[in-house]
Amino acid sequence: MIPYVIKADKLTKQFGDFVATNQISFEVSKGEIFGFLGANGAGKTTAMRMLCGLLTPTSGAATVAGFDVYKQTEQIKRNIGYMSQKFSLYEDLTVLENIRFYGGIYGLPARELKAESESLLEKLGLQEQSKKLVGSLPLGWKQKLSFSVAILHRPQVVFLDEPTGGVDPVVRRQFWDLIYDAAENGITIFVTTHYMDEAEYCNRVSIMVDGCIEALDTPGGLKTQFKAATMDEVFYQLARGAKRQAD
Amino acid sequence: MATVELHGLMKHYGKDKIPAVKDVSFSVKEGELFGLIGPDGAGKSSIFRMLTTLLLPDGGNATVAGYDIVKDYKAIRNRVGYMPGKFSLYQDLSVEENLNFFATLFNTTIQQNYELIKDIYVQIEPFKNRRAGKLSGGMKQKLALCCALIHKPEVLFLDEPTTGVDAVSRKEFWEMLKRLKQQGITILVSTPYMDEATLCDRIALIQNGEILTVDTPEQIVRNYPFPLYAIRSERITHLLRHLKAYENTRSCFAFGEYLHLTFKQPHEKAVASVTDYLTHEGHTGLECRQINPTVEDCFIQLMKTA
Amino acid sequence: MKQFIIFIRKEFKHVFRDRKTLLMLFGLPIVQIVLFGFALTNEINNSKMVVLDYARDKGSQELIAKLESSRYFEIEKNLLSDKQLEAAFREGKIKTAVIFPPNFYHDLMHTNKTQLQVIADGTDPNTATTLVNYIQTITAQYQQQVMGQTKLPYRIVPELRMLYNPELKGAYNYVPGVMALVLMLVCVMMTSISIVREKELGTMEILLVSPFKPLLVILSKAVPYLIVSLVNLAVILLLSVFALGLPVNGSVVLLVSVSTLYIITALSMGLLISTTTASQQTAMLLSLMGMLLPTMLFAGFMFPIENMPLPLQVISNIVPAKWYYIIVKRVMIKGLGFASVWKEVTILFVMTMLLLGISLKKFKIRLA
Repeated sequence: MIPYVIKADKLTKQFGDFVATNQISFEVSKGEIFGFLGANGAGKTTAMRMLCGLLTPTSGAATVAGFDVYKQTEQIKRNIGYMSQKFSLYEDLTVLENIRFYGGIYGLPARELKAESESLLEKLGLQEQSKKLVGSLPLGWKQKLSFSVAILHRPQVVFLDEPTGGVDPVVRRQFWDLIYDAAENGITIFVTTHYMDEAEYCNRVSIMVDGCIEALDTPGGLKTQFKAATMDEVFYQLARGAKRQAD
Repeated sequence: MATVELHGLMKHYGKDKIPAVKDVSFSVKEGELFGLIGPDGAGKSSIFRMLTTLLLPDGGNATVAGYDIVKDYKAIRNRVGYMPGKFSLYQDLSVEENLNFFATLFNTTIQQNYELIKDIYVQIEPFKNRRAGKLSGGMKQKLALCCALIHKPEVLFLDEPTTGVDAVSRKEFWEMLKRLKQQGITILVSTPYMDEATLCDRIALIQNGEILTVDTPEQIVRNYPFPLYAIRSERITHLLRHLKAYENTRSCFAFGEYLHLTFKQPHEKAVASVTDYLTHEGHTGLECRQINPTVEDCFIQLMKTA
Repeated sequence: MKQFIIFIRKEFKHVFRDRKTLLMLFGLPIVQIVLFGFALTNEINNSKMVVLDYARDKGSQELIAKLESSRYFEIEKNLLSDKQLEAAFREGKIKTAVIFPPNFYHDLMHTNKTQLQVIADGTDPNTATTLVNYIQTITAQYQQQVMGQTKLPYRIVPELRMLYNPELKGAYNYVPGVMALVLMLVCVMMTSISIVREKELGTMEILLVSPFKPLLVILSKAVPYLIVSLVNLAVILLLSVFALGLPVNGSVVLLVSVSTLYIITALSMGLLISTTTASQQTAMLLSLMGMLLPTMLFAGFMFPIENMPLPLQVISNIVPAKWYYIIVKRVMIKGLGFASVWKEVTILFVMTMLLLGISLKKFKIRLA
């Protein structure tokens, strides 16, 4: 039994003189929706890359899904899902081809993949569009589809990097319904966003400023702590003090 | 007199003539801060590109500063400032070199219109020898705005200037726009962030190439047709599920820590009934009160009727 | 005008601040010259050769001395029998053998006719042919030296190539070829990429919306690369004169003017590519596949055009590099004047105007 799905202990990454993330420590438990906020250039992307096994930390320790970020990056990659606003599916493949491709990458057996893709299409209401090119779908559908593909192999953790940027308000909420569904099925959600109302949807939220985690609590706890009415105010109070100007 | 005027503007793309802008009409008054608000793919960039003479419309017509966007494109190009959506400046040139380049391109100098950009430029001046590629998102935004303003345009078009920028930088950016407005520049700005709507004088909500409504944010909110309630309990996910299944629910959407709820039959006992129902379903810590809608509520409501 | 100048200054900054671009711009011609001029040349130095001298007379000694003094051969003399000769070939130690019959000099003096056996390792036919050619040439020189202008005992028909290339220098062919290749590559690729990059950055939209005329955008993109290309041309010529020992025999002015014309051809092609592509990668790929390949194939410096099937010969006519190559060869190596290349220059000029016209017409003042 692993107590925490993600555990970071004084995780640090330095590029030359520049400390991108400075001794960040936190734990995320199974099925938790963890909001990872911070201004542009605060070090969110660097932290996320280290946890995904794409960057080797300079110092500190971290485990993701029970695997070490220094030595077991291959195992980590097999047990996580990743989705970003920029990462899209292949626009020139059909919906079904995309699902099969990503399922194939994670080595899902053919029969299981077939059943999975059918239930996925049904859940998203995309049966009619399954033979359409992904490029012809509206952005909201694409984002919902790529999230579903990212959790197709039932990862323990899924990392979402600004998944809802630019999508319409209704689809944005439908997207969060998907996130809640996944969390209830025991998938841990690690999400960044610029929408402060979405910070409220998270179980716990951390706010990074200049490479350090300056606050970490439930949205309610943070609002009490900073005597603020909304998460927007909490964020503003913290991030306003940021010194760092370069990415 | 209207500075920007659109009449039934249309644009479609590709062989299949997929419509991107359908019969769009609105006008922007002189000195107004006008917001075009809608999600990605709604047609905001296409409208901006037609108004800045970069795209030819497939139907309808429009004028900018009194000039026709097709016939008088040269005159318009002399009078507008434009910041494209993906605009990222020359990464390998320094802040000062970028600004100087655009100033010269528009037949002016930094000194000549320094007053206009002073407020913004002083914030990036300490980094003037740094290459644009090494600036943070917020800084880049400021530099891009300086570049678009350097020739003192009559009309400023800003296509999604705050997309992907954090909440603090976004706030600062809007404060800069307010100050520019005071200098008499007409500003058209597009954004996918609904919360920015209230910062504009007037807004157009746009979805799938169609205008949902054009008005002041206050009036749009006032036009919301139903009483709106904010409701929450200790288990918010279950609350949403239960309310969606509830017979008297017209709509229910998550808004931060609350759910926003409208009733099919908004009678006096509606609130009491729903509270009873939810208590019966085992919810604790229930809180329900009537609230003023936000622009986002209006957008969702208009989307559904459209 | 001020706008124009600052635009050009900006382009140069782009070039000088990007190490990769800089390396490609100025490293490429040097690498190409060195590669083609030295490494890939069909000139062979110090090839191992054995001599079986059954004559051991004045004639054989003199000819052996001549062969040995040339830098093409390194002679291992101490072979005595045919058997040893065979073994040496089989082990691959030697590439050629020259066998003097007994009475070599005597026959030459008295019957005006003597025999000389030349054996070459035919596994690499190109090398073998070249080596045999060298031996023939050296023998012929020796004949002339001995006989004066009297009738030659065996005829050596010099090849056309050797007429202008008495030392059989490979560089004579390659330098004009490299010029055609490098100028084409640099101009097409750099212009197309630099314009497409503005599209990717979103700055193209601003440039178009600005009062700066679209035609001037094109011109300010072209001028820096024209200058860079002329610098490149100078580098290539200096390298060929001082490193390869290959002088410019004809008029330098004519050579530079024709090169400028060729550079403009390439620039308009780059412009044409940029109007039809939206990403830097596509532009790069199109430049490489669409320009580099035909230039290599059809310019005539790697593969002789006259040996190609007729359809390919016809196609080669639309490759500008072919005409440029012909002109440069005539002007630079043969030292001929404008009178002998006016036809080719006219063809190149018409091509340039056509390309420039099409690309200017296709360059849009709007986005779509």
